[in-house]
Amino acid sequence: MKTHQYPVDLTDEQIEEFGNELEAIRNEVFDSRGDRDRAYILKVIKTQRTMAVSSRFVIYLSLFFIPAWGHALATWPVALTLMGLGVFALGIAKILENMEIAHNVLHAQWDWMKDPEIQSNTWEWDTMSPSDRWMHSHNVVHHTWTNVLEKDLDVGYGIMRVTPMQKWKPAFLLQPIYFILLMLLFEEGVAVHEQAIDDHLKGKNKLKDFTPLLKRIGYKIWRQVAKDYIAWPLAAALVAIPISFYVPFSPLLVFGMVAGANAVANLIRNIWAFTIIFCGHFPAGAHNFTLEQVEGETRGRWYLRQMLGSCNIEGSKLFHILSGNLSHQIEHHLFPDMCSNRYKEVAPRVRALADRYGIPYNSASLFRQFGTTWLNNLRLAFPGGGEPYEGSQSQASHS
Amino acid sequence: MRQPTQPEPGASSSIWSRLSTITDYFAWPLRTSHYLELVNPLWTTHKLQARVVKVWDETKDARTLTLRPGLNWRGHRAGQHVRVGIPANGKHYTRTYTISSPPEREDDCFTITVKAIDKGTISHHIVRNIKVGDYLPIGLPQGDFYLPDAQPIQPLFITAGSGITPAFSMINSLIAQGRLPDTHHVHYAPHEFDVVLGKELKAMDRYNDRYNLHLIYSREGEDPSRNRFSAAQLDALCPDWKDRDVYACGPPSLLEAIEQCMAEAGCSRRLHVERFRAPFTEVPADAVGGRVRFAQSDVDTEGDSDTPLLKVAEAAGMNPPHGCRMGICHTCNTTLVSGCVRDLRTGEVLNEAGSIVQTCICAAAGDCELDL
Repeated sequence: MKTHQYPVDLTDEQIEEFGNELEAIRNEVFDSRGDRDRAYILKVIKTQRTMAVSSRFVIYLSLFFIPAWGHALATWPVALTLMGLGVFALGIAKILENMEIAHNVLHAQWDWMKDPEIQSNTWEWDTMSPSDRWMHSHNVVHHTWTNVLEKDLDVGYGIMRVTPMQKWKPAFLLQPIYFILLMLLFEEGVAVHEQAIDDHLKGKNKLKDFTPLLKRIGYKIWRQVAKDYIAWPLAAALVAIPISFYVPFSPLLVFGMVAGANAVANLIRNIWAFTIIFCGHFPAGAHNFTLEQVEGETRGRWYLRQMLGSCNIEGSKLFHILSGNLSHQIEHHLFPDMCSNRYKEVAPRVRALADRYGIPYNSASLFRQFGTTWLNNLRLAFPGGGEPYEGSQSQASHS
Repeated sequence: MRQPTQPEPGASSSIWSRLSTITDYFAWPLRTSHYLELVNPLWTTHKLQARVVKVWDETKDARTLTLRPGLNWRGHRAGQHVRVGIPANGKHYTRTYTISSPPEREDDCFTITVKAIDKGTISHHIVRNIKVGDYLPIGLPQGDFYLPDAQPIQPLFITAGSGITPAFSMINSLIAQGRLPDTHHVHYAPHEFDVVLGKELKAMDRYNDRYNLHLIYSREGEDPSRNRFSAAQLDALCPDWKDRDVYACGPPSLLEAIEQCMAEAGCSRRLHVERFRAPFTEVPADAVGGRVRFAQSDVDTEGDSDTPLLKVAEAAGMNPPHGCRMGICHTCNTTLVSGCVRDLRTGEVLNEAGSIVQTCICAAAGDCELDL
C-alpha cells in the first residue's frame, strides 16, 4: 500500500510551531471582536431581509405589465424585464441568506455576541435542510474530518469520484450528469445529504430506524415548498380572480408566473452555491487523506490538513460577501467559528505563514478553480487518474 | 389607570395570531414579525424592544433613560423590575433594573435609572453611550417587591444609593392615585450631590404633607460612622417605625442591618426586602477546579482545572451532546448557570451567568453549575 505522504517537508516540531502560530492569529482576532463586527452582521441581515421582501413585491409589480392590461407599458418585454429584476434580486437575497448569514451563524461564528436572535442553536435557514441536521453533517463530520476518505461524507457527496484515491466503479461513468443534476438541485441534494440515508442506500439500516429524521426533513421541505410555490403564487392568483372579470387573463397564468419566478430564483441560488462550494475542496491541487494519516492527529497536524485540503477563490469584496466568504475556504477551515468578515483580514497573514513553512496555499480565480473541478470530474469518471488507495484495513469492506 | 394584567385571551389577539399563522407561511423560516421589524422595531412579536426616547443625567454617574416599549408590553406594578439587553463592545448583556416611573404615567413610557458602579462595564456603558433613538431588547416587568392593592398601611421606606428606584416608583404611584398615606422615607447617599433622583425627592417632600423625607449623607459630617443605619437613628427619625410596614432596598450590608434590627424588635413580618443580585461570580484567585453541578441531570461531581467539563460529565455517567471534541463545531455548547469555568485554549475565565460554555474545551475554575 502506498503511503500518501503530505506534500510538505516539515518535522513534527515545525508542524506544531505552525499550529501555534495559527492559534496566535486566532486568539488575536477573537480578542478584538466588537461593535464593528456586530454592526456588519446586523447590516447584512437587514439588507438581506429588505431585499427578500422587496424583490417579491417587484415580481408582483411585474404582473401589472402583462399585455392583457392594455395600457401603454403593458408589453411582455416590460413585464419580463421587471420580473427578471425581481427574480435576480430574490436570488441574491437567497444567496446572502444561505451563504453569508446562515452558513456562518450556524457555524457559531456570531454566538460570541450572545444576541438571542443570532444564535447557532436557534437559527433556521431558507433552504430545505433543517439547520440542526445540516450542522451535524457539516460542522461535526465535514469540518472535523475534512477530506478524510471514508469519514468525510463531503468527499464526492457519496455519488462522485473527486480524487483518484476513491476506487472507481462503473456508476461513476455517469458522474458528469450527477454533477449537472446536483448543480440544479443543490438545495434538495443538501437536504438528503445524511449519513443515515447514505447508509440506507447501502443496505446498512432499515427505513424505520430513521423515520423521525425523515419526518423532520419532510416538514422543512414542505414549509419551503409552501412558501415559494404555494403561498406567494396563491396570494397573487387570489387577487387576480376578481380582476380577471375585467382584464382578460387567467389567474392560473398569474400563479404559474409567480411560482416560476420563485423557481428561477431558487435555481440561481442553487447554481451559485454549488459553484462556490465545489471550489472549496475539489479543484486541482486539493489533497485528500487516509484514516491512517489522521490517526492520533495533533492540533498542528489538523491545521496542516485543513490547509492542504481547502482552496481559496480570488475576487472582489462583493464576490467574497456573495460567496459567504467561502472564497476564503482555507481560513474558514482553519478557524470555522471566526466571524466571516474577518477572513479577508487574516488571509494575507495565513498565506505568509504558509509560504514561510513551504506549505502549498491553493488560491486562484473562480475560472481556474471551477474549471479544474469540472475537468477533474470528467477525468475521474473513468478509471485511473492518479495514485489509487485501497481503503483502510478496518473499513475496507465498506468502501 | 393601567392595570398590570396578563395579555387577554380576547378576540383581538387571537385574530392577530391566526392571521400571523397564515402570513408566517410567506415569511418562513422567519416570522412576519421579523419583516415588521424592518418598518418599526416596536411592532415585533418575536422579541420585545424599547426605544430610548430621552436620556437625563441625574448625577455625574447616574442616568435616567425614558423607554417607549413595544406593542407587547404590559403595565408594571410600582416597585417591579425589568430585564434590559444592552449591546456593548458587540456583545449582548442582560441586566435587571427597577422601573423608576409610576405605572400611572400617561405616555406609555417607563424609566429606568442606572448608576455607574465600580467595575460595572455595562452600567458605565449605559451611563456614557446609550443615546436617544437606540433600540434595546427588554423583558416583561417582574418581581414581587410591590405595594399591596389594599390601602391599610403606613409605609416606611429605607433605601440607599440606587436602591431608591423602586421606592420612588411606589411613592409616585401612590401620589398619582391620590391615596398617599402617612409615609416616612429614610434614604442614604454618600453626599448631597450623589442623591439619585434628589431633586424629585425634595420636590415630593415639599408638595406632599404626608411624605416625610430624611436624607442622610453617610460620608459627610464630623463623624460619618454616626450616620450609619441603627435602631437609635430610626427612633429619632420615625418614632413609630415598629408599627409600620418597612420596604427596604439597598446594598447587602444595609439590608442585613435592617433585617437584624427588625428581628430584634420582633417585627420581621413587616419587612419587605428587594435585593440586587450580582451577575458575576468572583473569580477564585487559585482556580484549581472545584465542585461541578449539572443542573438538568441533577448530577454533582468534582472537576479539576485541566479536565474538560465534557469529560467530567462523561465520567459521571452522562452523555451530553458533543461533536469534534476540539472546540470547533459548537455541538456541545451549554449555558453557565453559576460559577466560573476556564477556556483551556486561551485561559479566559467565564464567570457571567448565562455565558455560553463549550464543554469540550472548558474546565472548572472553582465551583460551577452548568445547564446540562
